[in-house]
Amino acid sequence: MLFLVRILSEAALIAGLPVLSSETHGMAQRGGTVISHVKIGPFHSPLIRIGTADLLLVLHPENLELHRHFLRPGGQILVNTKENNGAYHTIDATGLATEIGAPVTANLVLLGYALAKGLLFCREEHIRRSLPRLSNGSRLAVNLKSLELGLNWKAGDKPTSR
Amino acid sequence: MKAGELEILLGNEAIARGLLENGCTMATSYPGTPASEILSSVVEMARENGYRIHTEWSINEKVAFEVALANSYLGLRSAVSMKQVGLNVAADPLMSSAYTGVLGGFLVISADDPGPYSSQTEQDSRFLAMFAKIPVFDPASPRQAKEMIGTAFELSEKYQLPVMLRPTTRVCHARQDVPLGSILELERTPRFQRDPGRWAATPGFRYQLHLQLNEKLKQIGREINIGPRLINPKARAGSATQCVVASGVALAHVYEIMEELELLERIPLFQVLVPYPLNPEFAGELLQDFDQILVVEETYPVIELQLRHQDKIAGRLTGAVPNAGELDPLTIEQSLRRFLGLAPASIPEPKEAKERPPTLCAGCSHRAAFYAIKKAMPKAIYPSDIGCYTLGLNLGAVDTCLCMGACISQAAGFYHGFARSELQMGPPIVVTIGDSTFFHAGIPALINAVQQGARFILVILDNSTTAMTGFQPTPGSGKTADGSPATMFDLFEIVKACGVTFIHEADPYQLPEFIALIKEAAIYCRKPDGSVAVIIAKHACIMDKEALAAQPRIKVEIGEECNGCRICVDQFECPALIYDAEGNRVYIDRLLCIDCGVCLEVCPSEAIKKANKRQTTKTVPKVHKAKK
Repeated sequence: MLFLVRILSEAALIAGLPVLSSETHGMAQRGGTVISHVKIGPFHSPLIRIGTADLLLVLHPENLELHRHFLRPGGQILVNTKENNGAYHTIDATGLATEIGAPVTANLVLLGYALAKGLLFCREEHIRRSLPRLSNGSRLAVNLKSLELGLNWKAGDKPTSR
Repeated sequence: MKAGELEILLGNEAIARGLLENGCTMATSYPGTPASEILSSVVEMARENGYRIHTEWSINEKVAFEVALANSYLGLRSAVSMKQVGLNVAADPLMSSAYTGVLGGFLVISADDPGPYSSQTEQDSRFLAMFAKIPVFDPASPRQAKEMIGTAFELSEKYQLPVMLRPTTRVCHARQDVPLGSILELERTPRFQRDPGRWAATPGFRYQLHLQLNEKLKQIGREINIGPRLINPKARAGSATQCVVASGVALAHVYEIMEELELLERIPLFQVLVPYPLNPEFAGELLQDFDQILVVEETYPVIELQLRHQDKIAGRLTGAVPNAGELDPLTIEQSLRRFLGLAPASIPEPKEAKERPPTLCAGCSHRAAFYAIKKAMPKAIYPSDIGCYTLGLNLGAVDTCLCMGACISQAAGFYHGFARSELQMGPPIVVTIGDSTFFHAGIPALINAVQQGARFILVILDNSTTAMTGFQPTPGSGKTADGSPATMFDLFEIVKACGVTFIHEADPYQLPEFIALIKEAAIYCRKPDGSVAVIIAKHACIMDKEALAAQPRIKVEIGEECNGCRICVDQFECPALIYDAEGNRVYIDRLLCIDCGVCLEVCPSEAIKKANKRQTTKTVPKVHKAKK
């Protein structure tokens, strides 16, 4: 999730939008839950208030219930999971990323799908232009590949067996 | 990163950039969340821009402060950065330096941790600034933190006084688009101006310096350009009898909430930029013009205490604002609503879902060490300290965690406490401390323990880095902040010089041998001529890619012998070992497992064994547990 915050912040800059974001660090990082807030627009506070988030991106499905209260009425949810109960958007980002041998890029698959579904504040080009600013060489290539996996995935597609 | 451009910067990166844009020639620090990225960003930015600056990961915050302070005596600009509890370690030079003052601007950057999220206290560095009698800036955003640096340096030089900048977690670790200014290389020649009446002032002179200090503070309080600001002048034109005063991130939250609730038209909101010394005219006008004033700040009532006529003030001291815990937006909104007589916000109740607790990484050598300690000495007292290894709590092998280096002194205290009683021989004591923590504060404590005749086992967990805060180098690493080679200090020799005679280095991965060594140490402690026994548990941190690649890979698998006893999951506690309730057995999460092989020694049924070339098929159940 840390990396996602950087991409979204950079994309906002490229799109000419002001941005404020927060992340948790330190003890929380040794396997603990990591929460990041991203706010695009003329905000003052770097924290999203309960019941005001437009979008919840969930990398670990077990964290959905813990953070659902951040969402505003009508807000959207996208969860990285194999299950699909129809209540929110889902994609098996980890499965897809693992298939191409890069499980750590699951967050980019998630991002790609969020873009495809029109859930983000920016267009695909803003995200694409942000990636080379944040990674290079083979890392960049894998990141782009994962982004595209998410962009092109259609609900109902099944990943090949792992 | 060019001047005139906007760049996404972490608050700590913005602060680092601010130091370079204002001609800082020395930056020292000791790692601590949320401050750690300040120095590493200074190193990186200096390298990128060819900027000459001396940077240090000093051995502790007191030393870091003193080193940087001396640079400002030479007329050059200097900065020291640390987390709020690190300021406690640097408090001695802080207090004295307010009296001696400085020549070149000197910034004390102390980053607070309201909550706390990763500290022993949530103390307020602004209060320490008040105690020390130095001015303190309280930024509300990454942008503002950078802006304040120039002003702070100028103020420091005008009054020849250290100045504090106090960001908090939500500034340090927030990201924002920040406009970049030009990097500034100040052309100043370092010179030491002999002035023993000042720099070496004895008590008689100190009284004069104190008088001067008081006068400086009086004048700083009257500086208009750093005085409190009214955010919404239009509200002042009305007949408001209530107003809100806030500083730091709390101000940022309040501002946004008031905007959303459409209160900015009628309720004046003041931002205090320099909470201490508070502008006395501002305080006077406030108390004259308003009947009720809500003060929102964290984490101590610093502004509130400087406003007299408490009957008009609502804040931390009156219970109008909570006096513990982070002031998050929800908390602030409820305080604001209550103050203004509005109904409380109806908020959906957050669910009590199970949060994943932090744990040592799979393959961490500390886990092996703690497991061995529990196996060898199950009935001991386990004083421990601050670092990744505090997570030995999960293995039941951490009993105390007070502050940096305290574990050794506390062990000595426990020993003497039991020894003087009729018990004669108290329970065994096994201390754990990290290598960086040992260098920081453990050496004097160890010398003291040996000198005073204490007996305990000290396990120095040497993974050759300061891991918890981001793998900063230690004196044992052989390199400095910018990667240049440096003297590599040998822990073994240092421990020997502390008067210890039982010293052994061992790799905790070798569990049976490590357990035997601890038992041997215990016997030594109890001998008539016994003393402190030291075991240096040497194994590089597996987050270091080179170290990880260098260590042998021992793939393990779990056989059918697994009967779900859970000893490996509960006592060894490796996150790569997952218990499947449905099948009542344990399986290995291959995404987390690094093939360290330590768990081979753990299973009482010998179900964990070296993997054959032939893969077993039933080790992964249907539900996939995603990687952290």
